[in-house]
Amino acid sequence: MEKEMLERHLNMNRRRFLSRLSLGVGSVALGSLMIPDLFSRNEEKMLMTGLPHFAPKAKRIIYLFQNGAPSQLDLFDYKPKLQEMFGEDLPDSIRKGQRLTGMTADQKKFPLAGTKFEFGQYGQSRAWVSELMPYTAKAVDDLCFIKSMYTEAINHDPALTFFQTGAQVGNRPSMGSWMSYGLGSENKNLPAFCVLLSKGKGNGQGVYSKLWSNGFLDSVHQGVQFSSGENPVLYLNDPESVTKSDRRAMLDKIASLNQQSYAAFGDPEINAKVQQYELAYRMQTAVPEVTDLSKEPESIIKLYGPECMVPGTFAANCLLARKLSENGVRFVQLYHQGWDAHDNLPGQIKGQCKDADQASAALITDLKQRGLLDETLVIWGGEFGRTNYCQGKLTKENYGRDHHPRCFTIWMAGGGVKPGVYGETDEFGYNIIKDPVHVHDLHATILHLMGINHEELTFKHLGRRYRLTDVEGNVIKGLMA
Amino acid sequence: MKYRIFSVVLLLLVMVAAAVSCFNNKTNGDGPALPDVVSYNFQIRPILSDKCFKCHGPDGNKREAGLRLDIADSAYAPLKETKGAFAIVPGKPAASELYKRIASADSSFMMPPVDAHLGVLSKYEINLFEKWIAQGARYETHWAFSAPKKTSLPAVKNTSWPKNEIDFFVLNKMEELNLQPNEEADKERLLKRVCFDITGLPPSIEMMDKFMADKSAGAYEKIVDELLQMPQYGEKMAVHWMDVARYSDSYGYQDDNIRTQWPWRDWVIHAFNNNQPYDTFITWQLAGDMLPNASNEQILATGFFRNHKYTEEGGVIPEEYRIEYLLDKTRTFGKGIMGVTIECAQCHDHKYDPFSQKDYYSLLAFFNNTKEMGYEGDVSTSKPAKAPLLKLSDHDVRTALSFINKTDTGSLTISVMGERDTLRKTYVLNRGVYNAPGEEVKPEAIRAVMKFDTTRFKRNREGLASWTVDRNNPLTARVFVNQLWQELFGRGILKTTGDFGMQGELPSHPALLDWLAVDFIEKGWNIKGLMKQLVMSATYRQSAKIPDDKFKKDPDNVYLARGPRQRLPAEFVRDMVLASSGLLVKKIGGPSVKPYQPKGLWESATSGRGALATYRQDHGESLYRRGLYTFIKLTVPPPSMGLFDASNRDQCEVKRLKTNTPLQALMMLNDPTVLEAARVLAQTLLTENTNSDQQIAKAFRLIVCRNANKNELAILQDYYKDQLDQFATKKLDAAGTIKTGEYKMPVNPDTNHMAALMKTIEAIYNLEESITKT
Repeated sequence: MEKEMLERHLNMNRRRFLSRLSLGVGSVALGSLMIPDLFSRNEEKMLMTGLPHFAPKAKRIIYLFQNGAPSQLDLFDYKPKLQEMFGEDLPDSIRKGQRLTGMTADQKKFPLAGTKFEFGQYGQSRAWVSELMPYTAKAVDDLCFIKSMYTEAINHDPALTFFQTGAQVGNRPSMGSWMSYGLGSENKNLPAFCVLLSKGKGNGQGVYSKLWSNGFLDSVHQGVQFSSGENPVLYLNDPESVTKSDRRAMLDKIASLNQQSYAAFGDPEINAKVQQYELAYRMQTAVPEVTDLSKEPESIIKLYGPECMVPGTFAANCLLARKLSENGVRFVQLYHQGWDAHDNLPGQIKGQCKDADQASAALITDLKQRGLLDETLVIWGGEFGRTNYCQGKLTKENYGRDHHPRCFTIWMAGGGVKPGVYGETDEFGYNIIKDPVHVHDLHATILHLMGINHEELTFKHLGRRYRLTDVEGNVIKGLMA
Repeated sequence: MKYRIFSVVLLLLVMVAAAVSCFNNKTNGDGPALPDVVSYNFQIRPILSDKCFKCHGPDGNKREAGLRLDIADSAYAPLKETKGAFAIVPGKPAASELYKRIASADSSFMMPPVDAHLGVLSKYEINLFEKWIAQGARYETHWAFSAPKKTSLPAVKNTSWPKNEIDFFVLNKMEELNLQPNEEADKERLLKRVCFDITGLPPSIEMMDKFMADKSAGAYEKIVDELLQMPQYGEKMAVHWMDVARYSDSYGYQDDNIRTQWPWRDWVIHAFNNNQPYDTFITWQLAGDMLPNASNEQILATGFFRNHKYTEEGGVIPEEYRIEYLLDKTRTFGKGIMGVTIECAQCHDHKYDPFSQKDYYSLLAFFNNTKEMGYEGDVSTSKPAKAPLLKLSDHDVRTALSFINKTDTGSLTISVMGERDTLRKTYVLNRGVYNAPGEEVKPEAIRAVMKFDTTRFKRNREGLASWTVDRNNPLTARVFVNQLWQELFGRGILKTTGDFGMQGELPSHPALLDWLAVDFIEKGWNIKGLMKQLVMSATYRQSAKIPDDKFKKDPDNVYLARGPRQRLPAEFVRDMVLASSGLLVKKIGGPSVKPYQPKGLWESATSGRGALATYRQDHGESLYRRGLYTFIKLTVPPPSMGLFDASNRDQCEVKRLKTNTPLQALMMLNDPTVLEAARVLAQTLLTENTNSDQQIAKAFRLIVCRNANKNELAILQDYYKDQLDQFATKKLDAAGTIKTGEYKMPVNPDTNHMAALMKTIEAIYNLEESITKT
């Protein structure tokens, strides 16, 4: 039986529960707040395929998306050959007709630009990490580097959309929405899918709310934007003049008026509305408790770096992500902007790494020390890679890199992932020579780690059964412990 | 058809009692009785489409064993891979391989195969196939692809109930199912319903008084006629069409800079108010620029096809995006006007409908001859409109196009359609990829829908428009009638508004849909006429009360034995708040506005480039315009709209979801728009020479659109007194409470009374009924 059937019947049951039972029974699916109790009722077991499809390795995901595409060649994919051949043209035999973006399509030469940064090997896996990422270097034994990621898009918008929704264009549900739809939330008072935004100092690419859109799924599965600032969720805060007991009093009056309306009309939506107001009220307490970082101990601030106390920074968002995840949020999606270094890459990337390195590594350490890393999948990476040749003027000290979809590096950690290095690129860092991982494969693998068969998590919309992996995707066994 | 209804009812009854136990009916043969005659269209084809066509359907590339089951000749032919066997032998189920395999439990033999993840057929479905084959396995043309016919009105027992033709069809079905219609809604609720449906606004106190006082038989019709003449009708109708046309105020990709398509939106409002016939409305939008001596207004209408997203991302490959824009145009035409999922044939033959990939590109070819470019430059050179352009001088606007609400004296540019002089060739794109051209195709409209007769239709957009509004086109009228029905009843006669194809659902009242479609054409595609016909029906006028037994029999109100009760669409939630408080500025059209919005939304998501990097909130009148004028930045659409399920305008949408979430509750409680409205209404009421009970009663009436009953008033008065007491004793901060919004404060306000009344009004705004069409 398809999952959409389950959903449909749960919806029907939910309406029935609401119409027949008094307030306070179970809870209602709300703003990506799903009802754990409804999902664990017996009905589910009577279906042919419940979710998860098999025992999950990971229960929750934190995705540290590096928006704009970090240069794998300056961070993780060490290629001394590029330094040897510094300034020489990329051989056609390597480029093999790879299409170019409009920014370098007119360029006559493609001079190879070896990184100016030092690399070292770390941990048991002897993974290469550049000097820009000293904290990450210390954490390599928990990380699985995928050096053979590739995608089909060469521009930001379609590539980001592809990574998030499995399609370059179109109003498809985001990965987090699929998780919310498939697995629901572990916490009745928090959304299943939360989104956190931050910006580095590098050349930025905007983010788009369609990236955390529910697409054709019910809008309860839409990502809810959070921040660690004073108003962590839109419209959450009451006006200053309203006290907690005052709000309670108003809600009680509203509820009794709505009850009268229900008595007269019998529309279950009325009771559902009362439930929503109750949940909103609970969120007003639950959300600030989670998003308040001020009570974090000194050791945590030291771990993430002092910036974690500044709302809206990547460090603050990493810490907030840990807290949300710890409280049962199924999917926390971070976007950190500023990696799009078409020129002046060495300068830009230093600043980006300063923001991203310590906090990313801290998140791993923090999850580990709380015993949560085993059940939390952490993913770090951008929407594509960057070219091995220079865009614009090349000097020893300065260069830029264009978009490169054919290979790039991301890392994963925790929940069922096998630490080490997976896949390999050629000595030019231009093509994959071993174990390619397509975006669809990554999606299939992530779903697998969450206990979901990617071919079976489907939703029927306008006559077609859609899934995150479209019509492709293979689970990459080599990435799993 | 009969059995379907029974099966739905039965299914629901079982579910009420025991949740989903009905899922395991694989071995349960006690399903509803089989129909006397099994219909291909209504019983067999839906199962084939869902379970079989994926591998044995129209898509030639994915066809297994060379077998297709959507065509009789192929299904009756000898099987290619099993010698001497036939998929279907008419009259002989036991000799039909199809029947043997769907009835089998052997996993190596059964269909659908396990690895297709399509599930298995129920015992009932298997029995249907058996009977259908035994009765001769007769195939029929898909219902939606043959022209609708007006049938005679069905007989009904309760002959006093129907008020117009619609009611005969609806009552006939109710009587079949032993359902009784509800009584007519009380006048107050009926007035609210019809006001929101026609104008998107609540009735004014004067209108309520007048209607309540008018005891004549024609009172309701009088009010309907009045509403249809109000300019707010055009605004209400425009909202749905803006969803279809994916209207927005920004370009939608990456840096997402500003664009100015709003004159097109002003034209849509104008066209609806002018009651432009639907065939003309469509013709102008499809091909206004190609009509003889095309006027500026006709050219402006073609902005319809230019409203989609445009990239300004540096470095894109122009052709890739030029093709993307054609795909969007084709999808919008398919989904919004034709009601079919033609876009599924972009990469391969359609898996369910008889649309080949060649058909798809033949349709796309109509749009492939515009002067549009894939890329005009990045955000640094961004313009408010992209070529081809319609340039309107101040003089043009003030004379022939006075419906455009332009306040300055400058000229306007709008993106519109415009043909190249030389014909651009169109090719099938292999796998739908822009740089993989295959076979060349000529412009041709979807042949499975209606033949594109080139002796009658030109092979250009003008020809496409003529084909679309040809009275024999089986879809155009049905699709629009169904959309309008959905707007009023919350659910189309065909639930899958965007899919009239084989994977779509079947209409609940097929004969009614066809009758309405034909009638619509016969009466000259008269939209106001159709609207009036719907709201004048007894079906529409029923009370929305849901008695227990009706809820059990028909929880989703498919059979319309009660009136519609729906939460207001996002734009009208805002309009209700502004109108009831007296804040609404009833100006029509003009550039979109930026009302209150939580801080930092645009700023946190932007690249920092372009005119929309920061949200510059408007002031004064612009804070109080109707919801349809709220500025839509595609990458960060207005949250107050999105929370209430407005389309994100990323693509053509024909149907909105209706969710009920805690974030909506938070917005109604804390959005400055609502708080300010409560404050302003309070301060206005305080200037009237009335006591607090009267003020509360009036506020309730303005917001909920009916008089409160005693109990309701008692609860609110109680709350008011409690609040007043807390403000007077300084337990709550009265001055802080009323300090909300930019609208001017009264001089020396009676702070405590104003705050207490304001809070009481806030509570009223938060009632479920306030944002519900009752």
